[in-house]
Amino acid sequence: MAEVIHPEEILEEIEASALLTKVMEKKKDGYRLSQICAAYIDEKYELSYSFADDETYQYVTYRLVIDTDVEIPSITEIIPQALFYENEMKELFGVKIKMISLDYENRLYRIRQEAPLGPKKAEKAE
Amino acid sequence: MAKRSVIPYGPQHPVLPEPIHLDLVVEDEKVVEAIPSIGFIHRGLESLVDKRDFNQMTYVAERTCGICSFQHGMGYCEAVEHIFGIEIPERAKFLRTIWAELGRMHSHLLWLGLLADGFGFENLFYQCWRIREKILDMQEMTSGGRLIFSVNTVGGVIKDIPADMLRTILSTIDDVEAELKVVQRTFLDDYTVQSRLKGVGVLTKEQAHDLGCAGPFGRASGINTDMRKLGYAAYPHIDFEPIISNDGDSYARCECRIGELFQSMDILRQAIAKIPNETDLATPVKGNPNGEYFMRVEQPRGEAIYYVKANGKPYVERFRIRTPTFANLPGLCEMLKNTELADIGLLVLTIDPCISCTER
Repeated sequence: MAEVIHPEEILEEIEASALLTKVMEKKKDGYRLSQICAAYIDEKYELSYSFADDETYQYVTYRLVIDTDVEIPSITEIIPQALFYENEMKELFGVKIKMISLDYENRLYRIRQEAPLGPKKAEKAE
Repeated sequence: MAKRSVIPYGPQHPVLPEPIHLDLVVEDEKVVEAIPSIGFIHRGLESLVDKRDFNQMTYVAERTCGICSFQHGMGYCEAVEHIFGIEIPERAKFLRTIWAELGRMHSHLLWLGLLADGFGFENLFYQCWRIREKILDMQEMTSGGRLIFSVNTVGGVIKDIPADMLRTILSTIDDVEAELKVVQRTFLDDYTVQSRLKGVGVLTKEQAHDLGCAGPFGRASGINTDMRKLGYAAYPHIDFEPIISNDGDSYARCECRIGELFQSMDILRQAIAKIPNETDLATPVKGNPNGEYFMRVEQPRGEAIYYVKANGKPYVERFRIRTPTFANLPGLCEMLKNTELADIGLLVLTIDPCISCTER
């Protein structure tokens, strides 16, 4: 019988102003950026930044719930590999992110529609 | 100082199985920087949550990719099952494990063939794909489909594998193992193959960790992680350890995947030996999901993350797949630095890129 790991899975809601500090803490603790996911729910953005510990398999997700006009800082200065996640959030959802290290200017997925999964889509549906 | 120029590479290129574009900044024949572009096959599958209910989304998830189709469906179903808080029947867990490992085998054999084609060893390419056909035949025999077989459902699986088919799988993997040992010798011991792979495209453990590399690409650099250890499907009943290497070069990536092929055969034997004799294949699901979950699954290419958020209605609010290739793109760009232009095609292949998964 194999050893099964039951890791701790934490979901913590944070303020946008605490994002960079939390990301820096996780990087210092040896966590790997596992994913960043955006969702547009109840006219707000829900942004989830997940970090994984490859030894313990612990999974920590920081959740930002922000208004659509709020601009958040890019974490690419701390974790360069976040650039694809951030470009995706910007292009598909219209999340305002400042200072992405390599900004594809909404051309990552080369789609014509602006922010198809963001607020505009919800307005159209109405 | 050598003159710098930018060479466009892809999206159409003989070596590339799927479209990705790289702007290669080169000094003479040496690559200084690589800037990737994707977006040639974006389909917007995730936006279908508006039009397909949580049961129908299983089929959408399975159509994310032709190679790891089963695992996409399983990852989505496991996420929804976690939200419901249901336990699926034990036999369904073992069946999922069997199909998942068959999928891993055909994916790795496909990759080995493409790699052999990439370094110009056509006969080796044919041999790998010939062996792969046997795995595809097993998938067709057990499910009716060669690649996309839609056997997952929220709560379990919709098809069983009878005992005679399980015996056929066992005898087939015995044949595959014997043939694979011959191919393995060429991949790992042949001087010409080694000269193309050893020391080429090195990514250290620290780089792989910092860049978030997943799967065999990360394990070849010494990252000891495998999401199957989290114990989804029947993996808690299976004895296995992640296959890792510390060299971080193209040869190590090849070595890891070949090791995983033999490991998959071992897992299949264990799963078939331990599969319980039950008739229940799926737990009935009542109502609609309400909650959210990040499900982590070890696909052939590495850790895939399925995020599902639901609010008690038939249509989930958000479904998102973070595929392993998406996580491996930064590692690819780092690995390409200071390599020879002639090695680029081969090196892009060594991450086993699946662009249709990545763009969804």
